[in-house]
Amino acid sequence: MILMNMVTPPPELAAISALQSKLVAALRPILPEHALLWEPEDTIPYECDGLAAYKRMPLAVALPETEEQVAQILKVCFEMQIPVVPRGSGTGLSGGAMPISQGLVLSLAKLKKILSIDPFTRTAVVQPGVRNLAISEAVSHLGLYYAPDPSSQIACSIGGNVNENSGGVHCLKYGLTLHNVLRVRGILMNGEIVEFGSLAPDAPGLDLLAIVMGSEGMLAVVTEVAVKLVAKPRLARVIMASFDDIEKGGNAVAAIIAAGIIPAGLEMMDQATTRAVEEFVNAGYDLDAVAILLCESDGTPEEVAEEIERMTKVLEQSGASGIQISKDEAERLKFWSGRKNAFPAAGRLAADYYCMDGTIPRRHIATLLKRIQVMEKKYGLGCLNVFHAGDGNMHPLIMFNGADQDEWHRAEEFGTEILEACVELGGTITGEHGVGIEKINSMCVQFGEGELESFWGVKSAFDPEKLLNPDKAIPTLSRCAEYGRMRISGGQLPHPELERF
Amino acid sequence: MNATDPIIEAFREQILHAAKNKTLLSIEGGGTKSWYGNSNTLAKLNTRPYSGILEYQPEELVITACAGTPLKEIEATLKEKNQVLAFEPPHFGEHATFGGAIAAGLAGPGRISVGNFRDFVLGARILDGKGRDLSFGGQVMKNVAGYDVSRLMPGSMGTLALLLEASVKVLPKPAATATLRCQISQEKALRILNEWAGQPLPLSASCWIGNASGDGQLTIRLAGAAAAIKAAIPFMSSLVNASGVEPQSAEVFWNDLREHQLSLFENIAADQTLYRLALPAACGPLTIPGPSSEIVLEWHGQQRWIKAAGDEATFALIKQLATSHGGHATRFKQGIKVNPAFQRFTLLSEQVHSKALEAVQERLRSAFDPAGVFATKRLP
Repeated sequence: MILMNMVTPPPELAAISALQSKLVAALRPILPEHALLWEPEDTIPYECDGLAAYKRMPLAVALPETEEQVAQILKVCFEMQIPVVPRGSGTGLSGGAMPISQGLVLSLAKLKKILSIDPFTRTAVVQPGVRNLAISEAVSHLGLYYAPDPSSQIACSIGGNVNENSGGVHCLKYGLTLHNVLRVRGILMNGEIVEFGSLAPDAPGLDLLAIVMGSEGMLAVVTEVAVKLVAKPRLARVIMASFDDIEKGGNAVAAIIAAGIIPAGLEMMDQATTRAVEEFVNAGYDLDAVAILLCESDGTPEEVAEEIERMTKVLEQSGASGIQISKDEAERLKFWSGRKNAFPAAGRLAADYYCMDGTIPRRHIATLLKRIQVMEKKYGLGCLNVFHAGDGNMHPLIMFNGADQDEWHRAEEFGTEILEACVELGGTITGEHGVGIEKINSMCVQFGEGELESFWGVKSAFDPEKLLNPDKAIPTLSRCAEYGRMRISGGQLPHPELERF
Repeated sequence: MNATDPIIEAFREQILHAAKNKTLLSIEGGGTKSWYGNSNTLAKLNTRPYSGILEYQPEELVITACAGTPLKEIEATLKEKNQVLAFEPPHFGEHATFGGAIAAGLAGPGRISVGNFRDFVLGARILDGKGRDLSFGGQVMKNVAGYDVSRLMPGSMGTLALLLEASVKVLPKPAATATLRCQISQEKALRILNEWAGQPLPLSASCWIGNASGDGQLTIRLAGAAAAIKAAIPFMSSLVNASGVEPQSAEVFWNDLREHQLSLFENIAADQTLYRLALPAACGPLTIPGPSSEIVLEWHGQQRWIKAAGDEATFALIKQLATSHGGHATRFKQGIKVNPAFQRFTLLSEQVHSKALEAVQERLRSAFDPAGVFATKRLP
């Protein structure tokens, strides 16, 4: 993993320590002793999330056990004007839960009860700290499951999923968190409890649930989530297709969709990845293939048989050099094992890796992959490409050695260039990992001044004092101006109207 | 996509003029849904001049079009490639526009199985109340860069900003469909629909039409792979003693339901109102006050239509009934003698946990529209 410390020297230590004492004194009456941490040895596990390159120590960490405690904590911080960084399981990959030096980290991890399960209405109401996979496990005996399955699903929490609008390998067919959450209960920064959305198909007023989804803990603190459960398909089978050309593989993805098929999963790995994972999982991947496509069908046995036949035909017509169809569940899981183990395999190849998350229109997949090949040479770093091909969401894994400051710097530059290419190809800098602190400068590339101002308007509508996770996701215009000075593309300065400093 | 497009410039001038003179603008497309929402007699900003499909790549499952594009043009274009707007937005008239359908945010029978309009919006270009030309989201399925402002547009009824263009996800037309019909009580229909929805069955839409005493007829639509439908028909039919409906008359039925051309929706008496109730799946049959008339249940009972007296007391009762079950009610369409000034919607302040959201919503609107050019209150 990434191990560098990117901390800027903290402001005056004495002032911080005084503020810390004040905050701790104010929070103590609200929380049990074990639920409030401020000694550095206790708060150090909270200095970063899943993106360890960005770390900072908070004033304190609160671990409330009830919604009432969350509301009281927010009220205290609101009165003291202390920024709050909400945190779920800490598996985020964009530094969205990185602490603020003069702020509080509010962990929702202890709110982890499943409050109700209703098989008749296919809904479950859960607290934010419940793990994504725990929901599916709890309803499995009812023939139901919760569809979004981000790769971190054994560890990531549903509250975090709401804040990132997480996807997963099945979201092409089953949707993102947005499409699978009916209602979110949350607390505004001033301590007011509110509900977004409804168990009914819609709610009065503007669709505020839609804007809270993926808002990276900046609009409200989630305390309860009502999720939609769906019927477990009776059967799933996966086709593993090999391609001797990246272009053919990319075109096959488009051809499947154009044929009117929405696969349950449609994932791609490049040769570097299959070689790295094969050593690790022995899934029987075709090591001569330039790209491998995994294409899954689920449903009733009749449906799956029909769809597999249609998919096979399209893949053959697209020039697949080899096709294997999983014979049983064990083989299906074996085919998937490599895709699911791409990250640990990357971890074996290099000391550290940096995972990108851009999304592009499907038709540009081959173009982007070729550009990444050129960048590998330019930055002198290797890159594994695994991605959710069905929705054009790419996860290039840039490999580097974190002990070498120059290599990390090159990895960062490499990543930024990939994201800029994604924007240029009509896509976006982040498909599912969020902007956090990591991609905040890239937001200046994707959006103009008016959009960024509007984002701040949205932020202020929920949190006028800008105290909830205020340094994440949305850059200030001056930050973009500063970034613009560093990065001039095509001879044009972004935001020429702003002063440079 | 050109920022100096003269049509967009004209829109901008109209907005800036209104902002300067502190007047309001009511955004209008084809005028097919002008009766929906709180009424007003304000100056109109008509989007129809800004028309056309900007981009359509069937293999990307996305269409991008101008707000003034006729909805039927969009659907005809999709049909050529065997694709559809799966949530079946109602037209309510020949001239319905893409932008108008988004602003109304309504969905047809397919909504229960595929989601509502906002679930399908991927990006939007708007002119806000300051005349700023802004783009949010994009054309890709997964995008978490910045707040999802484009998804605020469906159902906003023109009270947030002027929608210029939108990118919407489309889906392939189901490989096969079938329609089944049976006689069944409301209570039994609600139970079996929810049971089916929890099983891996290709159930795509449902409609129960009956009377207040609970007798009625259930029509269901199956959609998906041909083999799946073939397998489901005998299983589902045997449970409710249903028989198949001929494809042609089935198509007419589902279209009539979507376009409100069934008998319940037509001929609203002068002093009556057509009410819409949006309810959680757990809500059983409701006893609606007033004379028993026809009731239509869609979306497995989560959307219910009734005709009843149009006065304030009746709406208050219906609203109370809906909110007490965790839903809300709308005066969808009013008879000609019902006071047009009546509030048509359930207010945020009428629900326990959304009171505080009223202030949030107000601030959100003024962030995009500080002068209140679009503050028509058409949606409170």
